[in-house]
Amino acid sequence: MNTYSKKNRFGFSSIKFLLRKEFLQMKRNKFIPKVAIVLPFVALTLFPMVANFDIKDIKLAVVDNNRSTYSVRLINKITSSGYFHLVDIVDNYNKALWIVEQDVADIVLEIPLQFEEDLVSMKASSVQISTNTVNGMKGGLSSAYLMGIVNDFSSEVRDEWIKNGSRLVSPSLEIVPRYNFNPMLDYKYTMIPAIMMMMLAVITGFLPALNIVGEKEKGTIEQMNVTPVSRVALILAKLIPYWIIGFVVLTICFFVAWLFYGMISVGSYGLIYLFAAVFTLAFSGFGLMISNYASTIQQGMFIMFFFVITFIFLSGLYTPVSSMPQWTQMVSQFSPLRYMVEVLRFIFLKGSGFADLRWHFAALCGFALFFNGWAVLSYRKIH
Amino acid sequence: MVYFSSWRAMQIVMDIDMKQFVSFVSKEFHHIFRDRTTMAILLLLPILMLILFGYAINTEIRNTRIAIYDPSNDEATRAIAEKLDASEYFTVIKYLNHPADVELEFLKGSVQMVVSFSQNFYENMTRTGDAQIALITDGTDPNSAKTVATYATSILGQYQQEKFRVETIPYHIDTHLKLLYNPQMKGAYNFVPGVMGMILMLICAMMTSISIAREKEMGTMEVLLVSPVKPLVMIIAKTIPYFFLSLVNLTTILLLSVFLLGVPIAGSFFWLIVLSLIYLFVNLSLGLVISSFAQSQLVALLMSGMVLMIPVIMLSGLMFPVENMPKFFQVLSQIIPAKWYIVGVKKIMIKGLSLSAITLELGILLGMAVMLIGISLKKFKHRLE
Repeated sequence: MNTYSKKNRFGFSSIKFLLRKEFLQMKRNKFIPKVAIVLPFVALTLFPMVANFDIKDIKLAVVDNNRSTYSVRLINKITSSGYFHLVDIVDNYNKALWIVEQDVADIVLEIPLQFEEDLVSMKASSVQISTNTVNGMKGGLSSAYLMGIVNDFSSEVRDEWIKNGSRLVSPSLEIVPRYNFNPMLDYKYTMIPAIMMMMLAVITGFLPALNIVGEKEKGTIEQMNVTPVSRVALILAKLIPYWIIGFVVLTICFFVAWLFYGMISVGSYGLIYLFAAVFTLAFSGFGLMISNYASTIQQGMFIMFFFVITFIFLSGLYTPVSSMPQWTQMVSQFSPLRYMVEVLRFIFLKGSGFADLRWHFAALCGFALFFNGWAVLSYRKIH
Repeated sequence: MVYFSSWRAMQIVMDIDMKQFVSFVSKEFHHIFRDRTTMAILLLLPILMLILFGYAINTEIRNTRIAIYDPSNDEATRAIAEKLDASEYFTVIKYLNHPADVELEFLKGSVQMVVSFSQNFYENMTRTGDAQIALITDGTDPNSAKTVATYATSILGQYQQEKFRVETIPYHIDTHLKLLYNPQMKGAYNFVPGVMGMILMLICAMMTSISIAREKEMGTMEVLLVSPVKPLVMIIAKTIPYFFLSLVNLTTILLLSVFLLGVPIAGSFFWLIVLSLIYLFVNLSLGLVISSFAQSQLVALLMSGMVLMIPVIMLSGLMFPVENMPKFFQVLSQIIPAKWYIVGVKKIMIKGLSLSAITLELGILLGMAVMLIGISLKKFKHRLE
């Protein structure tokens, strides 16, 4: 009797039965297995099509006051670059501006009246670019593209004239941009690991968050509280099913990425599973902790929603952490999602190894201990 | 006399209705105020989202960490490295000794760009013109990679100009750049309208549908239905607190965006409010329609999630530009009220256009409101039978 109770101090032998209970509850709920399988599948097939920040087919309106061979050549050069889609050529700036206001065009190129004459006789001319910067990133990049093309055009013209006249040797350097890991700059590559992380976080975060509070609302938690099962055992038994669900979700994500996009991890899958195991543990613990504090399902939902949104935006999923202001970068250190996004992108896209990510691993382990410790401590058997 | 008494009778009826109405509305307010946590979150959510969007969603390039691989180590390469480091965009944190190190740096993620010079850089630059600089960026984040490369290219261009006085070279076309609507290129300009669209929808549609579903679940709906109150009164009473809460949120959002984020209301304030009110009605009636289908909180929650949250986040243009989507999704986005609202708010608030520019958005939202209110009234009556 004595040895039995010593062995069972944390109620570890009862975990087996508790786990059976959790799985039974899950199976009965029908909804949870469906979500765990359908959601990652749907998200990975549909999201990458929608979540596309690619900047191409920029809609261009031209105010051609000159209508000369040179202005037509410039316009042709721009449209043949592949970045721009010519919407309209108009004869005054206000008309062009109106087109931008209606969101029919994103950018306006204004060619002055004396464009060709100036270029030939004065050897210098100018154009004006007006760009819609409501979306700053798009406005910035599209004007940079357009300026680049205008510069190319002017050196093209220069070469022609210099060939005809005296040859002027100009010292020069060549700039070659190179994009590692994703040379075509395909947006899908960035988004797919990010969506995998999001699915992992949403499923292994929200479901536990609704778990304990759900039992509270139903009143079944009272039955657990009168048993001699320890808090540690209770929390562990609630944690392990979500841990397994996490693996299932991740595997489905890998499968869909391979099936639909032909993407396989550059780095080791085993390493991703290792990191995911710790991350799932941490985030499910966080969910359970929230569940302890919430008094209704609706409340649990909203609290979790609040934190998940904060974590996601600070994770660098949409915009890189490095371009955030200093204080937001500091705050983002406290988001477990930030580490997982980086881990998935680094291993999946670049093939980083454990040594490159050892600090991420340490941080995730820290989160796992912290959140689960808190979840155990905040669980009250007596209300 | 007859006229007078009938007038009196009508007045009494009106009186009772008014009293009923007030007590109904106060009942709804009690429901909301009772759950302090949820209410606190509902009031804090817009503030949090605005701060996140305003500060975390930042596409500015500043102090980007770069490494330099410089096998030449001559006058020109040193000058270029210094020039990059001196700019506010880049900070040189490392010099690499071996080309293979480039890959390693990216695996660790310690730098965002490696500037790699060719051999005998200065000599080649001045004599043969073969000097090459590779700007190697991390393509796993395409837009940052492109932006970083573009900034570096323009700094190198400046160097070239200073070094060789390119301005004396003939046949030069100058470009003047004019940034419309958002000259400081703040991210907030793009996101404030989106946050407005999302928060108002969240409160109006989601909360309304869940709260009605909860009354059904708890059985209190039965009690209400057998009372002599008209369904119309009940519906209106249900929605008023959420309408009120949304107005509080709308005010918070506008105040924060103007005073904290520095996003001005460039156009007519009046029409911005009119547009928002119509949008509120659309969402309230959407919430009512959903609640007439849902019998439990969980179902209402899921339906709101599937029908409202995901489409709004994904397809409304809040996060992802609609014009980049496949045709099918572009068509689908047309039936999402938030899409029209966000476009309208951008036009009035950010671009500062007049009423004539948003007649289409106003008209469509108005049509949606009328249709949804009609459906929800009809659905509600059905349930009584």
